[in-house]
Amino acid sequence: MTASTAEILSRTGDILTAHDGMEGPLLPILHAIQAQFGYIPRDTLPVIAKHLNLSKAEVHGVMSFYHDFREDPAGRHVLKICRAEACQSMGADRVAAHAQKQLGIEWHETTRDGQVTLEPIFCLGLCACAPAAMIDGKLVGRIDEARLDTILAGVR
Amino acid sequence: MKIYIPRDAAARALGSDDVANAIRAEAQKRGIKPQIVRNGSRGMVWLEPLVEVETETGRIAFGPMTPAEVAQIFDGGPLSLGPTDQLPWMAKQTRLTFARVGVIDPLSLADYEAHGGLAGLRRALYMDRPTIVAEVTNSGLRGRGGAGFPTGIKWKTVSEAKADQKYIVCNADEGDSGTFADRMLMEGDPFTLIEGMVIAGLATGATKGYAYIRSEYPDAVEVMSQAVEIARKAGILGPSVLGSVYAFDMEIRVGAGAYVCGEETSLLNSLEGKRGVVRAKPPLPALQGFLGRPTVVNNVISLATVPVIFERGAAYYKDFGLGRSRGTIPLQIAGNVKQGGLFETAFGLTLGQIVDDIGGGTATGRPVKAVQVGGPLGAYFPRALFDTPFGYEEFGAKEGLIGHAGLVIFDDSADMLKQARFAMEFCAIESCGKCTPCRIGAVRGTETIDRIAKGDAAAIPLLTDLCTTMKSGSLCALGGFTPYPVMSALTHFPDDFAPAMKEAAE
Ligand SMILES: Cc1cc2nc3c(=O)[nH]c(=O)nc-3n(C[C@H](O)[C@H](O)[C@H](O)COP(=O)(O)O)c2cc1C
Ligand code: SF4
Ligand code: FES
Repeated sequence: MTASTAEILSRTGDILTAHDGMEGPLLPILHAIQAQFGYIPRDTLPVIAKHLNLSKAEVHGVMSFYHDFREDPAGRHVLKICRAEACQSMGADRVAAHAQKQLGIEWHETTRDGQVTLEPIFCLGLCACAPAAMIDGKLVGRIDEARLDTILAGVR
Repeated sequence: MKIYIPRDAAARALGSDDVANAIRAEAQKRGIKPQIVRNGSRGMVWLEPLVEVETETGRIAFGPMTPAEVAQIFDGGPLSLGPTDQLPWMAKQTRLTFARVGVIDPLSLADYEAHGGLAGLRRALYMDRPTIVAEVTNSGLRGRGGAGFPTGIKWKTVSEAKADQKYIVCNADEGDSGTFADRMLMEGDPFTLIEGMVIAGLATGATKGYAYIRSEYPDAVEVMSQAVEIARKAGILGPSVLGSVYAFDMEIRVGAGAYVCGEETSLLNSLEGKRGVVRAKPPLPALQGFLGRPTVVNNVISLATVPVIFERGAAYYKDFGLGRSRGTIPLQIAGNVKQGGLFETAFGLTLGQIVDDIGGGTATGRPVKAVQVGGPLGAYFPRALFDTPFGYEEFGAKEGLIGHAGLVIFDDSADMLKQARFAMEFCAIESCGKCTPCRIGAVRGTETIDRIAKGDAAAIPLLTDLCTTMKSGSLCALGGFTPYPVMSALTHFPDDFAPAMKEAAE
């Protein structure tokens, strides 16, 4: 599914024009690029910078400040497990350790077959049905080892 | 037949979409064509998915519903809980800000108006700016984002500032663990927030608003975006608010996974497309905020409480509460709790009443060991402090804070040293990097706690000193308040820091 550089640049151009006239457009632009490609391709940075009259370093600095933006594509599926306090109180650490063991990876890593990326997340607002997780954007409450195994079986 | 099935993120995380599909299938099997409303949540998260059926005598609740048991909605059965409004959790609340959440179709303006929506705005349209500001001041409303700053005073500053453009920015970054009131309100009654922002615009002369919603809340982003479009079409937003001479419009913006962007100046930088680094104050955002213009930054709940204040009057709102904490507060009861969810009530219940009576103790059935109040920067309270009344000053007096009113309950299996370490780790991960005590101090903090865990008693005074430095030398509350969870854990649960503590005493 990887797009060619020419394609990337042309689609980036469309995204940039679509954001013309916005106050503070950089985050919406980065979100749109990530929604389009799954990450922020390196080649888009100078184009964004030029369009917004910023330096490339500034754009890179903004991108790297935020946990959401990735410099490289993620695996086919992204599993996010909440690590924050309410989820801890219901055993999130245990569930996370189980996920790491099952997948054979640590936080921020992708399985060798490129199927699953594991990310920590700090609160999904599901703190009254903890522990919480998100698989490919879908929320899961009261997750435990068994439910996690079912989810992983569904995506592997 | 009218059936309500929540589209609230927590209900969906517990399977409400599958329940909705099963109900549709079951209805079809029975030759019934029900009207299905995807409402917000009533806040009884332990009963979600909570399905309601409208009857002549009111709405009847069924829950927690599963796809396999949907026949009970038509035939009755053990999941039938009786009239929703008579459930103790509902009957005991004072729902002002959340009056419509879970009750109406979130995106139906007709529903909204039928339940009191827009009445506040219509009243405000006939007031001049100082009168609107005075109404908010007189209500006693204080910022619900955490700092508790009087909302009327903030509005007054912006109202009196001279500028060609002013802004209303809604802080919907809700990053605190244990909190979900902003999310529930935006998903369940988005027009209330829009109405509150329009009134803030009228009060201050701001014509443009932004709601900055965290990216972890895709459902809230979706509902709010749709609501803004509907409100624009209906003339609530736009060049002539409800046909008046006043203009106000707003946009939804999405955060990018940085906790510190909940801090108002960091949020403004982020909104401008910069790194979410905290700005030094002064200048106050009220005078030089978004793009250097006078800006109101208010939390979702602060803004969403404004309509009811204008609908019922400042005096009505102010009548609820305790001491200098006026009105109601949506408590978010979370973590290891039997009955978790959102409970709106006047300030003043004690921590023990909230945890034991309303929450019903822990989900695991074990004794409550600690309650972290006010998010990751809030203190851990032991049972010994359960008589503390819920109020800004009352919690401050006990070396704690109420923050955004989230309560996270832990049973006796919790290790408070581990919790203290996590507080430091979280601060290190989320630090914006501007000041050393926070950026470096938090990393030192985790190392120091690791030494304590290994039995090094000499590290305890180091940790205390480090906390003092972080408290006094940090620019914002991320570095400045991380000592709250750390020191409260150390002070109230010394056994968890043993054997180092015992060694220190010898
Ligand atoms: C690290 C940090 C995170 C914060 N996160 C939030 C947040 O998520 N939501 C919020 O409304 N306020 C948050 N605040 C408080 C804001 O800085 C600010 O006080 C608030 O938005 C003002 O609105 P209010 O007066 O209506 O409460 C945070 C503060 C700090 C220091
Ligand atoms: S205390 Fe931490 S988060 Fe706050 S301004 Fe300083 S470095 Fe940034
Ligand atoms: S702490 Fe995990 S969802 Fe809030």
